[in-house]
Amino acid sequence: MFIKQLSIFVENKPGRLAEITETLAAAQIDIRAISVADTTDFGILRLIVNKPDAACEALKAAGLTVTLTSVIAVGIDDVPGAFSVALRLLADADIGVEYMYAFISRDEGKAFVILRVDDEKSAVEVLEKGGIVSIPSEKIYNM
Amino acid sequence: MGNVKKYFDEIECAPIEVMKWTQSNKLRKMVKAAYENVPFYKDLFDKHGVKPEDIETIDDIAKLPFTYKQDLRDNYPFGLFAVPKDKLVRIHASSGTTGKQTVVGYTQGDVDAWSIGVARMLTSIGITKDDYAHISYGYGLFTGGLGLHYGAEMLGATAIPVSSGNTQRQIQIMQDFGSDFLCCTPSYAMLIGETIKDLGVDPKSLKLRAGVFGAEPWTEGMRKQIEELLDIKAYDIYGLSEIAGPGVAGECEYQCGMHVQEDFFYPEIIDPDTGEVLPDGEYGELVFTCIGKEALPLVRYRTRDICKLDRTPCKCGRTTVRMAKPKGRSDDMLIIRGVNVFPSQIEYVLLQLGFSANYLIIVDRENSLDRMTVKVEMTESMFTDTVKGIEALENSIAAKMLSVLGVSTKIKIVEPKSLPRSEGKANRVVDNRVLVD
Repeated sequence: MFIKQLSIFVENKPGRLAEITETLAAAQIDIRAISVADTTDFGILRLIVNKPDAACEALKAAGLTVTLTSVIAVGIDDVPGAFSVALRLLADADIGVEYMYAFISRDEGKAFVILRVDDEKSAVEVLEKGGIVSIPSEKIYNM
Repeated sequence: MGNVKKYFDEIECAPIEVMKWTQSNKLRKMVKAAYENVPFYKDLFDKHGVKPEDIETIDDIAKLPFTYKQDLRDNYPFGLFAVPKDKLVRIHASSGTTGKQTVVGYTQGDVDAWSIGVARMLTSIGITKDDYAHISYGYGLFTGGLGLHYGAEMLGATAIPVSSGNTQRQIQIMQDFGSDFLCCTPSYAMLIGETIKDLGVDPKSLKLRAGVFGAEPWTEGMRKQIEELLDIKAYDIYGLSEIAGPGVAGECEYQCGMHVQEDFFYPEIIDPDTGEVLPDGEYGELVFTCIGKEALPLVRYRTRDICKLDRTPCKCGRTTVRMAKPKGRSDDMLIIRGVNVFPSQIEYVLLQLGFSANYLIIVDRENSLDRMTVKVEMTESMFTDTVKGIEALENSIAAKMLSVLGVSTKIKIVEPKSLPRSEGKANRVVDNRVLVD
């Protein structure tokens, strides 16, 4: 159910992202989604890939600080207001969203949103009760 | 106006034989007291094969072994004191490695001797009992504030214990009270000067005419800037808490080296590697023996300051030996905003918190204030996936650094294995400040 996201500590210096993606390429890892949180000194690169465990090992072998974080993915209809419904459900259940990022899926008319929340299990339940289905991890990895 | 004294004490101008006679008497007495009352010194002298009777004149001093900062730490807090508690009147301390401070004690005689040293220095730059002393050194365990305070009072000047901080109020006090001279770190003097400029106050409208600055390295360039910003004459003062505090030595009106109060604090210059005493004029490590001290009679204390001595006559008429401004250290100690910081203290904090001993200290001087940044390598177990988690980690390290070092640092977490490694002695300090001319 939950998706393993790679979180990588990256110092802000030129060429660092190229080196990381090259490491993944060499390990035959396919990237599904990508997001960067940045400050003046450092960033956190967050990746959804097809083989998270293998990717994690490859990055660690390359000397990077990497951790696997559990996130959820939900499919949102590509119509005005659809995403606000999901966020309202979480807000009313008092579930905090740490961060999120979205990408267009290959499913007709849907967007996938990756959510990092403080209680994944409750978040999935709340969303499902409201008619918003979370996407199984296998489907995201094998997109 | 009172009777303006040119010298505070006659001994400042004594012929060399008289000075040596005084020093020899004090050294004999002090060595005997150290041997009889401090077990550390009894063991040290015995191991070294030297007895108090072997010391007859000041020229015998080279027979004695050295004392190191580590000896003060090993005997923390009061193990090297030579007098019982009822004789002590004051304790000071400076930060030391691994959180342990270097503690110094004073009898009434020690406080008086120290204050006389400061009073002599103030007199040598034309300060009199009619002057207001604006003391902006920190008051507390640090010797700066109270050292100048008691020295100013010993002279009969009026001490204004402003302490450091609140720069606008400092300027207000200078204007309203009519402060005649300023005592603080050179970097704080710069800040006060720049603030005066920013406020649009004309420095010529202030009564201030001199400044006594020390506790951190500063250059001739900085001296000129301070003199222009504050419209004063800036004088250098030297001291360290282990020996007494500020006033161990200080410049006279001619500013050709700092006159050492050598009847209290006897200086030598040695080769830091061999321990050999070097002739006057040669650079080496400065060593002090507290020949006049009762509570903490340190024998040949290694200051780690690289310095030289000058005994040529001074135009001011004083015959006391003059020391040059130290041009560096024979160890890795940094002086950050007047606070002594050892890289080993930083290493201790990092290891305690579970980080690697690979770190890099970067020191800059921005707007005349020292800024220290410590780069630390991220570890897997410390890494959290959120920006606020990493910032909280940086803040928690900075808080621990502040409590151990007594000075604030900026922590910058970097990628693992990104900091330079080197064979043998790693260079963990990048000091971008210009500290010597």
